[in-house]
Amino acid sequence: MSSSRSTVRQLGTAVRALVVLTLVLGVGYPLAITGVGRLALDDRADGQPVTLDGRTVGSAIIGQGFTDAEGAALPEWFQSRPSAAGDGYDGGASSGSNLGPENPDLVAAIEDRRAAVADLEGVDPAAVPADALTTSGSGLDPHISPGYALLQVPRIAAERGLDEADLEALVDATTQGPDLGYLGEPTVDVLQLNIALAALDT
Amino acid sequence: MTLAAVLVPPLLTVVVVLALIHRPLGDYMARTFTSGRDLSVERGFYRLLGVDPASSQSWRSYLTGVLAFSAVSVLLVYLLQRTQALLPYSLGLPAVPEGLAFNTAVSFVTNTNWQSYSPEVTLGYTVQMVGLAVQNFVSAAVGLAVAVAFVRGFVARRSATLGNFWVDLTRALLRILLPGALVAALILLAGGVIQNFNGFTTVATLTGGEQVIPGGPVASQEAIKMLGTNGGGFFNANSAHPFENPSPWTSLFQVILMLAIPFSLPRTFGTMIGQRRQGYAILGAMAAIFLVSLTAATIAELSAGGTAPQAAGSAMEGKEQRFGIVGSVLFGSVSTLTSTGAVNSMHDSYTAIGGMLPMINMMLGEVAPGGVGSGLYGMLVLAVVTVFISGLLVGRTPEYLGKKIGAREIKLASLYILTMPALVLAGTALSFAVPALREDIDGTSILNPGLHGLSEVLYAFTSAANNNGSAFAGLTANTPWLNTALGVTMLLARFLPIVFVLALAGAFAAQGRVPVTAGTLPTDRVQSTTLLVGVTVIVTALTFFPVLALGPLAEGLL
Repeated sequence: MSSSRSTVRQLGTAVRALVVLTLVLGVGYPLAITGVGRLALDDRADGQPVTLDGRTVGSAIIGQGFTDAEGAALPEWFQSRPSAAGDGYDGGASSGSNLGPENPDLVAAIEDRRAAVADLEGVDPAAVPADALTTSGSGLDPHISPGYALLQVPRIAAERGLDEADLEALVDATTQGPDLGYLGEPTVDVLQLNIALAALDT
Repeated sequence: MTLAAVLVPPLLTVVVVLALIHRPLGDYMARTFTSGRDLSVERGFYRLLGVDPASSQSWRSYLTGVLAFSAVSVLLVYLLQRTQALLPYSLGLPAVPEGLAFNTAVSFVTNTNWQSYSPEVTLGYTVQMVGLAVQNFVSAAVGLAVAVAFVRGFVARRSATLGNFWVDLTRALLRILLPGALVAALILLAGGVIQNFNGFTTVATLTGGEQVIPGGPVASQEAIKMLGTNGGGFFNANSAHPFENPSPWTSLFQVILMLAIPFSLPRTFGTMIGQRRQGYAILGAMAAIFLVSLTAATIAELSAGGTAPQAAGSAMEGKEQRFGIVGSVLFGSVSTLTSTGAVNSMHDSYTAIGGMLPMINMMLGEVAPGGVGSGLYGMLVLAVVTVFISGLLVGRTPEYLGKKIGAREIKLASLYILTMPALVLAGTALSFAVPALREDIDGTSILNPGLHGLSEVLYAFTSAANNNGSAFAGLTANTPWLNTALGVTMLLARFLPIVFVLALAGAFAAQGRVPVTAGTLPTDRVQSTTLLVGVTVIVTALTFFPVLALGPLAEGLL
């Protein structure tokens, strides 16, 4: 019976096929896409680096923390969401918390965050929105809700001696509506907002 | 806001786009696999392979081709990982350990893309590009090839052959997946998905802290990850990562990429057998399950059931602000209704019921619409079972598309149906029943205490046994037991059903065609589609209800 010979023959075919396909699909294809990214587009292929006074301070689409080395909120800046990526906003360790809906650690964390945010902002704990209490899927969420941004305005105005109305206008100008008017949620990019804040405060 | 107001606009967008593309894409795929002409580049490739494109293979020979190609693939991906330290662009990362390398190689060859590893700290660019992304292409092409061979079994009369695997593989890649991925990658690139070889760079943040920014050839891998229903993220956070999925519209685009081929294949099927209504009957069953599941999951997540979601006021744990609840659930549902397994939110943190629905989506056998190729052949096997049951009910000889469902045929279909549940339940049960394994599972693997821990393990085996690849990702799966058990599960879950499907195709091809008579049960009516949905749901419910009651149902209802 020739079936074992045919198996060997097809194994040879498989090896040759995989070698060629690896070159085409594993080398040629990604390099072609890389080439187009280099030639045809702006800095998008590089992750939209944000530069300020000549130095790169992050990426326009990757969130970052505005905290001190211990993780405590710096009160003169708008705060991002809590993050489960490494020690917080670690771009080398993207991750959600993966804590389940009945996990007591998660429930406790949410209660702690609610108390901390209410205390920091001087508001009723019930007024703190969900995005301020939860970690995102990536741990690198660049956005907060417009509601959370506005909640932070009085604190920042007081810290920096700025007019609340000016800061509200800043939040308004930074707020992005849903894509195409109906996809996703309205968002405020925190890094962008804080850069605008720094510019306003000089 | 009512459910309809938030769910209908994005859903309608998806439905309209699919309604527009499924005909041209479905017909194009049918032409691709029935055309007698080879492109000149293909002829050169066949000469290199030593393959005569005009020769047609028996089902056994076709299967040998599938298995040989997949075996060589596992070996290559394994070796690439084991030699990572020697490869360029390894980012200083060491060789991947044996157990993890085995699991990962199997995972990508079987179109599962289960990730026991965290990509950022495990894999450099060469392994991702040359190993994993290549498998994203070819594993999807294998699925397409097997589906097409199965459909040929219905078309053929008294034939000993099903077509040529190497030709089907080549055409699936060169005429469908590569052009599709090129276009999709450019669109994703325009949407902000990165594509570079920068490695990790450290920047000083606005407030003077330090932040690591990753790089990578992401857009090229992301495109085929979605189009091929593979799902393995370039980064640990998968499509929740802003560099993989920057905005709500790129997320919706990825949803459409996942669904494009699986929802077009019923049209391909109908065109190839010359009865388009039969294709739409299959499509109708897929769509019905799809819509019910998506709606149920959206309701569950919006209702924010459970202690933590209630404490936060919304089930936003593990979800990105830009996608919100609706954009997250749409993605998660589509990803588990196809066999993709990508996530743009963390399913482990979903509400109990919201997290059960992705599990149920997989437990249905990945048929609504399922993975590239595998969804179609899975649903067609269920159609065979449905016809058999209907025939028993009314006392007629069951036949489907002119082929008699005899003893051999129903045995093969039954074996197909039984494989996945056996793997899910055996794997989950062993993990808890064997004391040493249980200690390891409880102590090392499970993150969340109580009932949710069972759900994490059940989800893992369900995902592996359906070649999905998504996870309740709190589970630490990089352990000797889970790397091995899930690896073996993925292998058996992919290739045993392929054996049964090709054997069934061979049995159908060998038959003549039974003429349609007044006694033939029609299979292209609303009634038959309803029966197909019923059989699909009942088989799943009977199999999995008890174990669901121990995990997510108990967690959600107690």
